[in-house]
Amino acid sequence: MEKIKSLADLKKKREDLQSNLKLRELGDNVDNLIQVKVAMATCGIASGAKQVMEVIINECNKRNLPVVVTQTGCMGYCYAEPTVEVKKPGQEAVVFGYITPAKAEELVNKYLAGNELLDGIIPVNYEKIDNK
Amino acid sequence: MANYKYHILICGGTGCHASQSAQIKINFEQLIVEKNLVDDVQIVETGCFGFCEKGPIVKMLPDNTFYTQVKPEDCKEIIEEHIIKGRKVERLLYLDPKSQEHKADSKHMGFYKKQLRIALRNCGFINPENIDEYIARDGYKALATVLEQNDPQATIDIIKKSGLRGRGGGGFPTGLKWEICSKNNADQKYMICNADEGDPGAFMDRSILEGDPHTIIEAMAIGGFCIGATKGLIYIRAEYPLAIHRLRVALDQAREYGLLGKNLFGTDFDFEIELRYGAGAFVCGEETALIHSMEGLRGEPTFKPPFPAQEGYLKKPSNVNNVETFANIPVIINKGWEWFSSIGTEKSKGTKVFALAGQINNVGLIEVPMGITLREVIYEIGGGIKGGKKFKAVQTGGPSGGCLTEKFLDTPIDYDNLIAAGSMMGSGGMIVMDETSCMVSVAKFYLEFTVEESCGKCSPCRIGNKRLHEILERITQGKGTMEDLDSLRNLAQVIKDTALCGLGQTSPNPVLSTIDNFWDEYVAHVVDHKCPAGQCKALKKYIIDPEKCIGCTACARVCPTNAITGTVKMPHEINQELCIKCGSCYEKCKFNAISIK
Repeated sequence: MEKIKSLADLKKKREDLQSNLKLRELGDNVDNLIQVKVAMATCGIASGAKQVMEVIINECNKRNLPVVVTQTGCMGYCYAEPTVEVKKPGQEAVVFGYITPAKAEELVNKYLAGNELLDGIIPVNYEKIDNK
Repeated sequence: MANYKYHILICGGTGCHASQSAQIKINFEQLIVEKNLVDDVQIVETGCFGFCEKGPIVKMLPDNTFYTQVKPEDCKEIIEEHIIKGRKVERLLYLDPKSQEHKADSKHMGFYKKQLRIALRNCGFINPENIDEYIARDGYKALATVLEQNDPQATIDIIKKSGLRGRGGGGFPTGLKWEICSKNNADQKYMICNADEGDPGAFMDRSILEGDPHTIIEAMAIGGFCIGATKGLIYIRAEYPLAIHRLRVALDQAREYGLLGKNLFGTDFDFEIELRYGAGAFVCGEETALIHSMEGLRGEPTFKPPFPAQEGYLKKPSNVNNVETFANIPVIINKGWEWFSSIGTEKSKGTKVFALAGQINNVGLIEVPMGITLREVIYEIGGGIKGGKKFKAVQTGGPSGGCLTEKFLDTPIDYDNLIAAGSMMGSGGMIVMDETSCMVSVAKFYLEFTVEESCGKCSPCRIGNKRLHEILERITQGKGTMEDLDSLRNLAQVIKDTALCGLGQTSPNPVLSTIDNFWDEYVAHVVDHKCPAGQCKALKKYIIDPEKCIGCTACARVCPTNAITGTVKMPHEINQELCIKCGSCYEKCKFNAISIK
């Protein structure tokens, strides 16, 4: 085991380790963060939702964006899979369809990092019971 | 390296362990293998979340879902629903008793809303058996900073200015304690951690050691550097096996990283920590008795001065601090004394951890800023009194403290206010009592404890407490007199003035405080031979109402002493001489014919 010999050593070590706990730190503040839900039912997975989720997580980590990425069940838009729902704090959730890994990268760059919408938005055509 | 998408945190405190959290962890581990999720889900056993009432706790991240009272058989549903399908398992969420709504996120629960976690910052967040997680949370940074600065007095000044006071009960300023010890020259000094938590119902120190052992190691090294000690000793009771295990693991890991041992952080400062086990004697929490016990002598206190800072362990200058006090040190160094001293009241800074117990809905471990009121603690964090009963008193400070009644509900909690109210902060036990508690019996309970735990060295404590206990016993038997009440007061005062150590000097406090606050209840026992709360067996009387009794004989058949007589279909009668007040007849009667007088 390598010994820690100085404050600089410790800082370096901490930086290497910090990403392991990032997920938990984010969870501590979940209300004020962007929440991304990747639909991961059979239809979603078959059309590549797993890779899409991977891309979103990695891209967000690269840019150090405070985003909580979770998976969810089938949203019912099987024709438009993979689908991704993005909820920014204080805003209505937006659902994007036909998200390929390349499009996922674009989503992170344009909508998550900035505020620019992409095509493929699925209009809200349902009501949630918690809004009733 | 696996890129985890979910972390499942499982409470690994003693409380949740007792309700099968270890099995929950095993089940989760098997399930993620079965479902091929090993690279997606990380299973972590953490320290105490504090919400022991609803344990075992399982927390899902990053969405921060808080599952309560999870059973090993629930794991499958959590994995299949929450992880795979992304749906919360509603039935395991916390149900808010007021709104009857499920709360998914602990942030929205009354229990956590008013809390501020400094000493418990890592409890329920990191894996206590993994030093890497502690380092990722700024662990050992304070020690590195202090050593790099290489100015012990500057660090002592930071602690002094922060206003941190001893969390073990006395409330002595920590920085000042370090300064005194640092000025005494000797070839060897000792930094001692008092983990001999003895108050009945208190488990703050245990939970910190179980949930975040590295913070204690780091703080002891900082303290050692400040006072000039190269050796640290942790005195911990052998009844805390899990805390001892986690400390041992933590010590080994710290040594491996070179964070304990020779030349820490490349400086010439050496620091090593050893464990010493106590046998669970209450008096060993007193610093001189603790030191004698560590030396292999009888755990008896000695007169101060000399203070441990002058002549402590092996007659060398020593500094003794409580676990919770240490847990605050690294944060103060990292965040600055200004930040710390901005929390709390004028003379009591920072937070205090309390073990909330008794007749309260949310039993558990809480950390609140100094200056919060009892009302907030009991009704908002604690969720109110069990069964909707009426609040009567709260006991703080354990066997050395006293009872606070309704009139103190809005008093800000700090060291000085509690003393002014006739109690004390103590180590943080907080036992809530409702209207069915008999205050004479409460005083008797604590006296029983001190009589048992008195080391016997000085007569005021050895004999005086025994006499106090006898008088209280007489009163609860209905055999007390008004003179007894006077002698209670006088004797209590004498013991306070003459006992050798803190145990004896404070042992009459529960008696004095209940006499002051519940004088009428004492008088009722003595004059009317009645226990208003209906707790004192000897003063209870079960009576059959001949109007209501139909002579079903159910009570006579259940009575273990054959004290109930009567003919079938005729009203029965209880022979008070034979009655042992077991209450069986009272529970058996279907016609409400039996009443307690």
